[in-house]
Amino acid sequence: MNRYSLWKYVLIVVALLFGVIYTVPNFFGESPAVQISSAKSTLKVEAAVAGRVDEILKQGSLAAESVAFDNSGAQPSVRARFATTDIQFKAKALLEQQLNTDPSDPTYIVAFNLLPNTPQWLQALHAFPMYLGLDLRGGVHFLMQVDIKAVLNKRLQGLQASVRSLLRDKNIRHSGINRNGDAIEISFRDADTRDKARAALGELQEMVLTDAGSGDDLKLIGTLRAEALKQTQEDGVKQNISTLSKRVNELGVAEPLIQRQGADRIVVELPGVQDVSRAKDIIGRTATLEVRMVDESVVRGTEESSAIPFGSELFKVGKNAPVVLNKEPVLTGDYISNASASFDENHQPAVSIDLNGDGGRKMREATRDKVGKAMAIVLFEKGKGEVLTVATIRSELGSRFQITGMGSPEAAADLALLLRAGSLAAPMDIIEERTIGPQLGADNIKKGFDSVLYGFLAMTVFMVIYYQLFGLFSALALSVNVLLLVALLSTLQVTLTLPGIAAIALALGMAIDSNVLINERIREELRAGNSPQAAIAAGFDRAWATILDSNVTTLIAGLALLIFGSGAIRGFAVVHCLGILTSMFSAVFFSRGVVNLWYGRKKRLSGLAIGQIWKPQGEALTTSGKASTKRGAK
Amino acid sequence: MEFFRIKKDIPFMRHALIFNAISALTFVAAVFFLFTKGLHFSIEFTGGTVMEMAYSKPADLEKIRKSIEGLGYRDTLVQSFGTAQDVMIRLPAQHGVNASQQSEKVTAALKADDPEVRLQRVEFVGPQVGDELAHDGLLALGMVVLGIVIYLAFRFEWKFSVAAVIANLHDIIIILGFFAFFQWEFSLTVLAAILAVLGYSVNESVVVFDRVREAFRDRRFGKLSTPEVLNHAITSTMSRTVITHGSTEMMVLAMFFFGGPTLHYFALALTIGILFGIYSSVFVAAALAMWLGVKREDLIKPVKVKDENGGAVV
Repeated sequence: MNRYSLWKYVLIVVALLFGVIYTVPNFFGESPAVQISSAKSTLKVEAAVAGRVDEILKQGSLAAESVAFDNSGAQPSVRARFATTDIQFKAKALLEQQLNTDPSDPTYIVAFNLLPNTPQWLQALHAFPMYLGLDLRGGVHFLMQVDIKAVLNKRLQGLQASVRSLLRDKNIRHSGINRNGDAIEISFRDADTRDKARAALGELQEMVLTDAGSGDDLKLIGTLRAEALKQTQEDGVKQNISTLSKRVNELGVAEPLIQRQGADRIVVELPGVQDVSRAKDIIGRTATLEVRMVDESVVRGTEESSAIPFGSELFKVGKNAPVVLNKEPVLTGDYISNASASFDENHQPAVSIDLNGDGGRKMREATRDKVGKAMAIVLFEKGKGEVLTVATIRSELGSRFQITGMGSPEAAADLALLLRAGSLAAPMDIIEERTIGPQLGADNIKKGFDSVLYGFLAMTVFMVIYYQLFGLFSALALSVNVLLLVALLSTLQVTLTLPGIAAIALALGMAIDSNVLINERIREELRAGNSPQAAIAAGFDRAWATILDSNVTTLIAGLALLIFGSGAIRGFAVVHCLGILTSMFSAVFFSRGVVNLWYGRKKRLSGLAIGQIWKPQGEALTTSGKASTKRGAK
Repeated sequence: MEFFRIKKDIPFMRHALIFNAISALTFVAAVFFLFTKGLHFSIEFTGGTVMEMAYSKPADLEKIRKSIEGLGYRDTLVQSFGTAQDVMIRLPAQHGVNASQQSEKVTAALKADDPEVRLQRVEFVGPQVGDELAHDGLLALGMVVLGIVIYLAFRFEWKFSVAAVIANLHDIIIILGFFAFFQWEFSLTVLAAILAVLGYSVNESVVVFDRVREAFRDRRFGKLSTPEVLNHAITSTMSRTVITHGSTEMMVLAMFFFGGPTLHYFALALTIGILFGIYSSVFVAAALAMWLGVKREDLIKPVKVKDENGGAVV
């Protein structure tokens, strides 16, 4: 009766194999590497850069162990791995010098990094080391709150300006346009004018109009449509995330994490960064956008050699650069109320730009007699301009226009993003900040590891003394539990934090409960005079209901923590829940398998090595140990 | 080796009143301290800034205090922790001050005094985050309680589930009482420990109740009264209870001694929870179930349902 069918053993072997394969990457350590990413908004690192890096390193006779293009992160990058930190340092200096022609304005960011030494075949199986949280590896954590109100405010201001200019264009007389909270109130003297206005304003599809007022004080109340409102908020947050990614990239952080949290918050985690004030400085920087006319007096293509006219300046960086532009902007990013990727009438990728009312008028005036001439959009950051696009003006432009000839939908999306970066960024506040020194991180790993190790050893020693062979089986099940738990954490790439390590320790401490329940039950069955084989079967079976009940109640607590917890609690809860699941497998299914394998085939079993079984026989209480029946290992 | 050599069932239920009186007294004391002393919340809940600085030589706390007060921050707390070289600085959240800049100003000021000083850790939490955490924490607690009540009611009977939850909730209050009395720092990690303890010590009641159900079903125990069945259940699970909790406690103690400051209070909360968990979930919960009037008939029906499902299979 104590035999597993073959498939159960196969399942156990498969689980163990899974455990070993996915746990192993955690032991390979890391090797020094250099990461190359783009410093420019308009330049993306592509696979070809890897070839160039390889070439430069070969010329400098600094052999890299591998050079690979990585497109999985927020920003594509090239990573070169080296044997020693010495070569890494030299390679970084060489690459910086070779890749960037102008050191004061670098094209590429070359940063130190550490890459896991996991062998290729394991990586192919998606076996990676656990992802360590900031408290274990050191770094900076920010929680930023996006000021949605400011985004909406800007949008409403734009809307108000559009209403004003629309009514003026159509010659509709109103007696005032006012903001009232999130609504725009337009006053009219008579109903007739109001009807006309309503028809005229139908053009603004994102606005809902309702009537109000009476007598000669009639009103139209315009509010943003629910979808438009939501879209505005979404765009605001997404915009900030992409802006943050770009800036963080500039810090040269190996594996930054930029993630949305809830409706209007963004988490930024920068492992390894110690200089908080610099990080804050870069993250908090604002970009501005300017639309400028191309100076036609300089022939295109000769910009670098010709004299720059007074009132113009030369831009060397970006798309279609170099180009000479007027110093005086046509308009600034403030006037752009939206920019999105779209398609033109020929179904070619394009970028649609919306200007708010006043911006439309400025644009019209500027482009009216410039048809056929070129116009550029420049993104300014840290006082340096980068040309995003140079486009030919085909017709007089108004408050809505398109930039066509984008080449690919991707290019259109990129440009739209950059345009928004310079115009729509919502203000952000840091509402939570955590900095952990690298030394503290390493300490935390050691402390966490030590706790688990010593706790585990103490439990193992106790179990083996108290339950003998069955105690050993329990300890074995416990180590399988750790193996599977670590493998799961590595596979799922759950962020491991110090509370997470505590959860591993606690999971082990709680998992032993199942084994104790089983062992006690088996002893009890033996005490009742059952045969060893029957005692094993009954012990496991009868303990199972209890184990299930107690694990479910623990899991309920774990899930509640997972759902409602944040930060430290979440890190704990994930591991806690996974630990309960793996413990059910290892403590019940696996340990039964081991017991079956050991005892299952022995037909004439006289006893079990489960420690001393005490039977309440008259004298037992007085003479203690000696009178008890001993059923040790044969 | 066997620790527990008990010949007859111990008549625990005869002393139910005493157990509960002890429990009630501890509970009242805990509530008293919670109200008079209050919890010493970590900045995760209150908002503010905590900084840990490492000096190369024993730090002059008075000088540090003066430097920080020179910056215009009031109610700051400067203390050494661990060693004399390590200093912890706590700045409360202040309205109208750009709090996210606080840590930089302080670091700059301290670096001016002693260029050797190293910033180990900074934690800044805005006040709105703290309110949310407290709210989420209470919500999580509510969900755990509700989930466990529903599960136990479904698996056993409402009297058991109510008894188990009351017993374990009173554990939580007692843990909180300890944190209030000693003014230990109550952080998010401690909250996680408390909720984990809740799930864990309910186990304890589950194990006892499982035995109770079994005894009610078993013909051999057919003549026993309810208190006798409870006595039997508690006695026969005692060995397992003590061994399990002992093992878990070994792990927790390992965290307490080797886990460093972050896990210190976590392990402490678990220890108190485990100790009181044994006591309350065994003695208090069983007694409460008895007083709520658990009968043999209450558990006959669920047994049938269980059998239809095929019972327990491994």
